[in-house]
Amino acid sequence: MNPFSSGTRLRDMIRAIRACKTAAEERAVVRKECAAIRASINENDHDYRHRNLAKLMFIHMLGYPTHFGQMECLKLIASPEFPEKRIGYLGLMLLLDERQEVLMLVTNSLKQDLNHANQYIVGLALCALGNICSAEMARDLAPEVERLLQFRDPNTRKKAALCAIRIIKKVPDLAENFINPAAALLKEKHHGVLITAVQLCTDLCKVSAEALEYFRKKCTESLVKTLKDIVNSPYAPEYDIAGIADPFLHIRLLKFLRVLGKGDADASDLMNDILAQVATKTESNKNAGNAILYECVETIMSIEDNGGLRVLAINILGRFLSNRDNNIRYVALNMLMNAINVDAQAVQRHRATILECVKDSDASIRKRALELVYLLVNESNVKPLTKELIEYLEVSDQDFKGDLTAKICSIIAKFSPQKIWYIDQMLKVLSEAGNFVKDEVWHALIVVISNASDLHGYTVRALYRALQASTEQETLVRVAVWCIGEYGDMLVNNAGMLDIEDPITVTGSDAVDAIELAIKSQTSDLTTKAMSLIALLKLSSRFPSCSERIRDMIIQHKGSLVLESQQRSIEFNSIIEKHQNIRSALVERMPVLDEATFIGRRAGSTPATVSTSNGASLNLPNGVAKPPAAPLVDLLDLSSDDAPAPSSSGGDFLQDLLGVDLSPALQQSGTNQAPRTGTDVLLDLLSIETPPAQSSSSTPDILSASQVNKSPVSSLEGLSLSSSLSARATTPVGASPMMDLLDGFVPNSPIPENNGPVYPSVIGFESSSLRISFDFSKPPGNPQTTSIQATFTNLSPNVYTDFIFQAAVPKFLQLHLDPASSNTLPASGSGSITQNLRVTNSQHGKKSLVMRIRIAYKINNEDILEEGQINNFPGGL
Amino acid sequence: MIHFVLLISRQGKVRLTKWYSPYTQKERTKVIRELSGVILTRGPKLCNFVEWRGYKVVYKRYASLYFCMCIDEEDNALEVLEIIHHFVEILDRYFGSVCELDLIFNFHKAYYILDELLIAGELQESSKKTVARLISAQDSLVEAAKEQRSSISNIIAQATK
Repeated sequence: MNPFSSGTRLRDMIRAIRACKTAAEERAVVRKECAAIRASINENDHDYRHRNLAKLMFIHMLGYPTHFGQMECLKLIASPEFPEKRIGYLGLMLLLDERQEVLMLVTNSLKQDLNHANQYIVGLALCALGNICSAEMARDLAPEVERLLQFRDPNTRKKAALCAIRIIKKVPDLAENFINPAAALLKEKHHGVLITAVQLCTDLCKVSAEALEYFRKKCTESLVKTLKDIVNSPYAPEYDIAGIADPFLHIRLLKFLRVLGKGDADASDLMNDILAQVATKTESNKNAGNAILYECVETIMSIEDNGGLRVLAINILGRFLSNRDNNIRYVALNMLMNAINVDAQAVQRHRATILECVKDSDASIRKRALELVYLLVNESNVKPLTKELIEYLEVSDQDFKGDLTAKICSIIAKFSPQKIWYIDQMLKVLSEAGNFVKDEVWHALIVVISNASDLHGYTVRALYRALQASTEQETLVRVAVWCIGEYGDMLVNNAGMLDIEDPITVTGSDAVDAIELAIKSQTSDLTTKAMSLIALLKLSSRFPSCSERIRDMIIQHKGSLVLESQQRSIEFNSIIEKHQNIRSALVERMPVLDEATFIGRRAGSTPATVSTSNGASLNLPNGVAKPPAAPLVDLLDLSSDDAPAPSSSGGDFLQDLLGVDLSPALQQSGTNQAPRTGTDVLLDLLSIETPPAQSSSSTPDILSASQVNKSPVSSLEGLSLSSSLSARATTPVGASPMMDLLDGFVPNSPIPENNGPVYPSVIGFESSSLRISFDFSKPPGNPQTTSIQATFTNLSPNVYTDFIFQAAVPKFLQLHLDPASSNTLPASGSGSITQNLRVTNSQHGKKSLVMRIRIAYKINNEDILEEGQINNFPGGL
Repeated sequence: MIHFVLLISRQGKVRLTKWYSPYTQKERTKVIRELSGVILTRGPKLCNFVEWRGYKVVYKRYASLYFCMCIDEEDNALEVLEIIHHFVEILDRYFGSVCELDLIFNFHKAYYILDELLIAGELQESSKKTVARLISAQDSLVEAAKEQRSSISNIIAQATK
């Protein structure tokens, strides 16, 4: 029986798979084959092992799991015959990688094969070792490889040399053992050996300073000679590519010379002549020649300075850059990036060509060119370059606009000569590609605008014009809305008119129109709408004549589904309606934002800011994800600081900004007056007399006081205009300080019903992926019943779908669950689900609440189950 | 250093993969999917380099097959194009004007040739002739073993008749 011709042959299997019309059919064929192979493996069938593995490799390439065939590779390798070993090693390299434990089992076979009498078997073992060896194997087998570097057959020597590269990369300590044998190989004539030996030496220099020193001293001269010989060698058909004898060897020698010449004047001197010869004599009409020129230029740029050679190299680059072949232009741009450190002036000469490459139709070239232009910008050329780039922004591809916008913004911020130029350019970018502008960029723009007091009028008019032209770019709308809100009066009375401006006539109602456009636009998101609301409030004070109309617009948001807007709308309405006397003070212009602090804060505490926005959005009871909350706070709020970072610096900054001394508040906050202390701060700020006994309706709440104590900043945040008032749901008194404050002036206004005792909210459950917090309240007159609001927060970076919360209680409790607000939980705390529970405790006063919970959800359609018990309910529920 | 070699057909089917840097099976699938999405959609006149995850992927299309090699950012991309061409010429010489079907049914042979060309992600041999010679020497070793085995099984068959 011939073991190579019965059963389904490899060829038949491939045919069967190729004949499949659908993926399902293919799966069926593969499943059948795999089953047969498994059966054959279980029978330990020796004759078909060879063919089974070949089939498995094909199946593996199609992307099916084939781990069950791994041991078969080892068995084949252990066989004494060459054909088995050949396919066994191939399977080993294909089906396994260096991280699999199974690999350790092969070390012994490898060792035997490295010592085998048959050079081809030695070759197979070296190849496998070179491609997948791990650090342990490298240590074990390094002596064998070292010995094989001197093997009689050159083809084994070259394989051993490459294998040695893998070994020293895995275990750099072994490098010194290879220095001498590698140096010996450099003297060989066999091209394969020479190529691999040069490569080995180059890599040895990377991991060992000793090797570098040795080769530099002993080998530089002979390598230069080797290169000279190969450059001047007559036509050799075996190695000829495009008229050049062995370009691969050329390139490796040039690369090695670069390593040797770098930082060493003597070695560099030795190679000057040959580099000049390569740079001038190499034909550049074929790819092979250009590849050599590329390497040569790189070497010239890296070794110690020689003026003449550098000029030569830069000229080659110039030629490359004007080449019509995209590949050549791409590498030219790449090389110019390196050359810029060596000779910036020379690179600047090619600026126009590089700028053309930014507009190329090839994405790879565009990207390279843009990086290069970015490096070329300096104070003297920033204006024309930015102009060009912004003009190109208008016509560039959508998918390139993101990169381009980011780079332009960064250039503008880094090199702007004057503020007016900065503002002008940023407005152009915002109008062209505002949707690609990152948040921190337009925040920075607002900081700059607020600092340029002489340009307020100019800026707001320019923005107004831009807004008239188009409202498609979200960030443009936001900046415009902010500026119109702040500087609306200057828009109308043409204050601070510059000579370069065209006069413009805008009435107060025009300004309101502009904001109305923004707030009503379909494309405006939550942040824009919120900013518009604030701008409207400000305008109502700037233009009292429009006050009624503004109030109508604000009122429309009273029914907004977003709690934030809803609440704001009601508050603003009440400000306009009832509190004319404090309105102008409330909506005064923002104090100038300190640029240095803003930039420092951005650089220093980005993570803290991120957690702020998360923290803020967690507390939105209706579970609306609202990441933009933080920037809003930043911009619109006096306490524009990273509230939750309880660092002293944050606090200082806040104090600086507000000019308010927090220390009295801190001292008092240990007492039960905490909520009101906070109010005092706000009142101080607004310079309003506070009514002495204002709406102090709740029982003293030590817990919330201590919370205030912990982070004084957060109490301010709770009071600030735009942070979510509901965020302080834990402390009914502090819950809506603004309302309290305002209602305090209306003697008869009803006080919210918060008369019951107050329970602190608890974190009922927390795992690495999920947090559940509970807020409690008791309906008045029914002490047995507790309403619990559970808030679920996702702490992982994955979205949870099909989220279900279940709870069980002991018999003395009765539990009623309302439907949850959603069954999808956004990732990374950027939103939450809430669910109301009602618990009736029949043993109220005797036993406290306990609950078992189970949470089921899916990540990427995978079911996850979490369970827990909650024992930390506050007493008395 | 070459981190991996991929042969992808125009339909996105994988014809050969060789990994010189450690990638788990999952990562491999992902890499292949990502790259075939990028490379197969590029127009014919564009340059042969794609920047990808901080690496450079050099690719070249021969008939219906894309030959891709992933290298470090600072490596010589033009040279890698030459290596790809070198590989293709050797395949061509071995199979006699190679086509995709040759590489499908004899995929293991393509791997053997690649193993004579690259080890540890570095070039091993610049002579096409040498590679051809080494491959045919090993092929004949396999043939010899086959013949020997069939003759042995014949003897056994006759002896047990």
